[in-house]
Amino acid sequence: MTIDTHETAERTATATSSAGVSVVLDSLVRHFGSTKALDGFSLDIAPGEFVALLGPSGCGKTTALRVLAGFEQPDSGQVLVKGSDVSKVPAQRRDMGMVFQSYSLFPNMDARDNVAFGLQLRRQRSSARRTRAAELLELVGLGEHASKYPHQLSGGQQQRVALARALAIEPQVLLLDEPLSALDAKVRAELRDQIRALQQRLAITTVFVTHDQEEALSMADRVCVMNRGCAEQVATPSVLYAQPSTAFVAEFVGVSSRVNVVRGVDGVGLFGQTAKIRGDAASIASGELDALLRPEDVVATVAPDGLGIVNHRSFLGATTRIEVGFGGAAIKVDVRSGDADHFELGTRVDLALLARDVLVTERRPEQ
Amino acid sequence: MASIGTVFEAEGLVDHEFPMVPDGGNRRYRIRWGRGLILLLAGAYFLIPIYAALKFSLQNIDGKFSLSPITAIPSQPGLGAAFFLSVRLAIVTMVITMLLMVPTVIYVHLKMPRFRRVMEVVTILPIVIPPIVLILGVLHAAPLWLKSSPYLLSLVYVILAMPFVYRSLDSGLGALDVKTLVEASRSLGAGWIATIWRVLVPNLRAAILSATVLTVALVLGEFTMASLDLWETLPVWIVDFDQTNAHISTAVAMLSLIGTWVLLTLIISLDRPRSGKLRRNRTS
Repeated sequence: MTIDTHETAERTATATSSAGVSVVLDSLVRHFGSTKALDGFSLDIAPGEFVALLGPSGCGKTTALRVLAGFEQPDSGQVLVKGSDVSKVPAQRRDMGMVFQSYSLFPNMDARDNVAFGLQLRRQRSSARRTRAAELLELVGLGEHASKYPHQLSGGQQQRVALARALAIEPQVLLLDEPLSALDAKVRAELRDQIRALQQRLAITTVFVTHDQEEALSMADRVCVMNRGCAEQVATPSVLYAQPSTAFVAEFVGVSSRVNVVRGVDGVGLFGQTAKIRGDAASIASGELDALLRPEDVVATVAPDGLGIVNHRSFLGATTRIEVGFGGAAIKVDVRSGDADHFELGTRVDLALLARDVLVTERRPEQ
Repeated sequence: MASIGTVFEAEGLVDHEFPMVPDGGNRRYRIRWGRGLILLLAGAYFLIPIYAALKFSLQNIDGKFSLSPITAIPSQPGLGAAFFLSVRLAIVTMVITMLLMVPTVIYVHLKMPRFRRVMEVVTILPIVIPPIVLILGVLHAAPLWLKSSPYLLSLVYVILAMPFVYRSLDSGLGALDVKTLVEASRSLGAGWIATIWRVLVPNLRAAILSATVLTVALVLGEFTMASLDLWETLPVWIVDFDQTNAHISTAVAMLSLIGTWVLLTLIISLDRPRSGKLRRNRTS
């Protein structure tokens, strides 16, 4: 299952002369009937960058990718590749390699012919096509499977052939539309690392659509979290996790607990402590507020007269996540699994804040 | 015992002396009488008329069998012309049907999936509209130059074949992820024609062959339209000649039946090389 040698990758990287172009999606709007799939979506992608579009179903991430690929026309807005507007260029002339969520290999062709298909359309000589196809299949670790038909390959192998096929045309941009979602967990994790390694070696501008935050955070240089057709936040994975700019991002990426807080002069009062408001405190209204807490931002200690009660426990390996009922809120806290025995269900605990600042948002109406 | 066939099933006994199945369980073999009876009835339904026709054509007035009706066939006036007209019509119909229906069905699948139900209803119309209405309508609407051509029949046959061809192609496309295949092909630089010709058509091979078989069979056997349009195709010739010599006309009908089977077998066998290749690959 290992992907190839460095040597092949270097050769292929050299051959991929068009790698590393800039992409700009500018104020894209796209309606489907009365549904607004993209609502002024903008994103700048640097040459050679790996950007993940992350969001829940229906947030517009796939539409954005399809507009970039040329399969959908935006109602308004522009798509710029290397500074040129390609909005009106048909998909087949955009030079974008794409790997799809569902298996997309041509069933009537073996792996080699699938990879060589794009080269054949570019009228490359047969021998050159075969050499290039063999090289790319080698690159994705499937050199010995070149003469197999799609139905003879596993799901993971099919997606790797699809990746080789997309790379064969030396695309300006590589588009990945949830290519791992149909695979089982183990193959998905392996292929995830392999795609990232390959992208870094080839330095090809890549846009990756996923609803799986673990995939997005582990693979991408930057992650664009989308909601209702707009970009909520575009940031590196670490910034996105540590400093979510909106409540949606905080709740969608990673795990967060909402708890009612009272605004004071210096910040908000929480667990008898005062915490600073993260970001622009001035923009936060002074009404009723909620704080969004990561499990690792809070520490729980067993106390017979504590205000919190352990309501739920789930073992996660090195840590155990306990859910503490605290003044009507359910606050998730991570404790070392070795200490988890102290936190039986019904145990009274005290909570304290470890983080110096917290993300604060308007209070969500009671459900 | 396991290869005993469809009539025998591993569910009970044919007789109590039959051995137990290898796993030593209690299941024993028995004849599925119900299934056998249905098979027998269906076989009789299809074979008795053929047998009767064959017997009638080969039995002379004294009740003795003779091959003379068959050996006399080549010398019958008008038969060759009728046969070749039917073959020409079959080929032209097949070409028009495929050129018209393959892109249409692909387009409906890709761009107008909601229209599939409408298409199903529309394509079934040729079955529910009586042939006389159809041909009179066509003759009324067709320009004079077309009325004088036998290929007007091909246009009518395209309509008649539509229910079978549409369903065959529709189920073939239904088995493919057409949208993804088309988008994959286009992202690799293929235009629409290349995508249809190099990606979709090869993957629709079985459906297209099946549609072709149905179209050819329909054209070679169609009588009403050709007769009403006053063209002597093979079925029309057989009916006309029946009044002159019923033995020979029945022998021609039998040969036509066998000829159609041979033709259909040939068309189906075109799909064999690829299947063989796939089978070899599967075992490698």
